[in-house]
Amino acid sequence: MSLKERMSGNEAVAYAMKQINPDVMPAFPITPSTELPQNVANYIANGEMTTEFIPVESEHSAMSAAIGAEAAGARTMTATSSAGLAFMWEMLYVAASSRLPIVMAVVNRALTGPLNINCEHSDSMGARDSGWIQIYAENNQEAYDNFLQAYRIAEHKKVMTPVMICQDGFIVSHGVENITLLEDEKVKNFVGEYNPEHSLLKDTMAVGPYATSPYGMEAKRAQAEGVNQAKDVILEVAKEFGEISGRNYGLYEGYCLEDADYVIVAIGSACGTTKDAIDELRKEGKKVGLLKVRVFRPFPAEELTDALKNAKAIAIMDRAESYSSQGGPLAAELSAALFAAKSKAEVKKIVYGLNGRDYRVEDAKDVFAALEDIAENGNKNPFEYTYIGLRE
Amino acid sequence: MSLTAKNINENTKWQDLTLGLQVYEPATSRDFMTGEWRVSTPVLDMEKCKQCLLCVAYCPDSSIPVKDGKRLDFDLNHCKGCGICVEACPFEAITMKEGK
Repeated sequence: MSLKERMSGNEAVAYAMKQINPDVMPAFPITPSTELPQNVANYIANGEMTTEFIPVESEHSAMSAAIGAEAAGARTMTATSSAGLAFMWEMLYVAASSRLPIVMAVVNRALTGPLNINCEHSDSMGARDSGWIQIYAENNQEAYDNFLQAYRIAEHKKVMTPVMICQDGFIVSHGVENITLLEDEKVKNFVGEYNPEHSLLKDTMAVGPYATSPYGMEAKRAQAEGVNQAKDVILEVAKEFGEISGRNYGLYEGYCLEDADYVIVAIGSACGTTKDAIDELRKEGKKVGLLKVRVFRPFPAEELTDALKNAKAIAIMDRAESYSSQGGPLAAELSAALFAAKSKAEVKKIVYGLNGRDYRVEDAKDVFAALEDIAENGNKNPFEYTYIGLRE
Repeated sequence: MSLTAKNINENTKWQDLTLGLQVYEPATSRDFMTGEWRVSTPVLDMEKCKQCLLCVAYCPDSSIPVKDGKRLDFDLNHCKGCGICVEACPFEAITMKEGK
């Protein structure tokens, strides 16, 4: 019997960490992810986990220690947010290029500038080109489920790539909701043991050697293959997870999507708000829908554009500013994919929720109204992007 | 199947590289010809050399081979031309010349 509980996103992921009981967790606290290593440390102190917890002096050290542990053949995890993730930056690339399947819980929070600790995707979106797989959650249930699936993806022979399991800071990490947990035994059987083909503890080997220009390009192409292969593996793992949990996941989730003329594309907790708006608008007969991007790395360009093939107008919403004059990263990448797919849909690029600004049901309804307008009258400013709730 | 580091060269395709460029055998630096970085080259005057072997100890690489207690000529496949041996030699038996 699965267990009904009430948990915050942080508690849910910490519970997943307990059930997986990896070998090593180096971590440094940072709001709003602090509760993750804190709860794990509690579980260890209470004898419920055997993970070796390494209290390090910084996030750069946390990721460095994670790289060392993983290279030694230990299943390794860590957790961070915002500036902590930024401080790991240099080592994120080393973890990915060394093909070390570390799993990291990221609790999305704005990078400082201005100083702010609230929800935003600028931290993990900034790390989107670091070579890590990125999976995003709408709520605490998904954060828990995604974390349980993460090692199966990261450690898959064809993938061998680190994974970030992202959830929205405070909105998900600190919001307590109902959750259904899997039994420990089920999790144990599903996740399995980690037996890397090579590791520092059992092989004579060197990790992370120098690659001169005659080798670096081939090395990066080989690294990209791990991410490329991850798409199929994510779906395989999700299918198997669905069989034990009854909860089904894909690269994206469509909500009232198939017959929708007007579609919001978003990531994370904003999708729950958008679903409420859709429920209300559908009662009025409006053909509105949502495409929730679950996997951002690898970017599922073909699948997303195929899912959007019937849409007349699409709002692509980013909870991060790129300062590219073109909106956020999801808007840029999905627009490029829609062009490649020869989509005729009108596209509206939107930046919302910066520095923890609320995104409400009424905001989603306004977006759908704007989509209806550009579908009928055309998008007069296709190169511009707009903000939700900006005072101007 | 990926190759061992010894068999990887500038014609190797990306598909044949090891995972994360990991190296699974020891002493591969012997096969990596770092001597091509050199812009000046040490020259040994055997007449002046007293075989004190100070240069061997000072060489930051392992570019001065020793056999039967005596140093041989430089291993120019690995010598990067740093010139430390010139300074280390008490007998001025080593000089640097421009180029490889």
